[in-house]
Amino acid sequence: MRIRVLTFARLRELVCSPERLLELPAGASVEDAWSALARAFPALDAERGCTRAACNGRLVAFDQRLADGDELALLPPVGGG
Amino acid sequence: MFAIARDPIGPHVLDEIARAGDGGIVAFVGVVRDRSDDGRPVDGLSYEAFEPMALQAFEDIARDARERFGDVRVGIVHRTGSLRVGDVAVVVAASAPHRAAAFAACAYAIDEVKRRAPIWKKEAYADGSARWRENTPA
Repeated sequence: MRIRVLTFARLRELVCSPERLLELPAGASVEDAWSALARAFPALDAERGCTRAACNGRLVAFDQRLADGDELALLPPVGGG
Repeated sequence: MFAIARDPIGPHVLDEIARAGDGGIVAFVGVVRDRSDDGRPVDGLSYEAFEPMALQAFEDIARDARERFGDVRVGIVHRTGSLRVGDVAVVVAASAPHRAAAFAACAYAIDEVKRRAPIWKKEAYADGSARWRENTPA
């Protein structure tokens, strides 16, 4: 299945693009998507603990299963205001 | 009103959240400071937002403010893009029949924007370096 991964701020810089398509096996979780991305961009490893994930606009846990066509947003610690 | 603004935020924001018959509006206007929290001279900022989730967060915050403080209306506008020292970064306004609720709702809403909204800030310094800065829990 294919999911769209959105990254922001520091994470966006680390993966060199605000948006990436990931090809994952059916049943893959957010954690699997993160691992696939971190294999390509090892600097992500240090960011895992402070990153939150949102699937199709809703915050989800990393063990959440993904579905084909999902939009996964990876959110570093916020700094607005 | 809830908005992510790519262009400078003007005073019309207050008109949009005001409601005829309300007794008062309390506004917080966040402006780019010339120093970082750790004292480094700041040249400018850039903000980026995950817009759909940020707008949803603003709506949730306004709804939560009504639940907590009663008859208040909250508007939130946040800038994105490059800002200079002195530029308006965020406006949070609360309109209510009585000032106590308006003050309380405004303070609550800006705290929650800083805590919940998927918005990120990169500080640029006079020496040409830059860092992403995260909000510390209140």
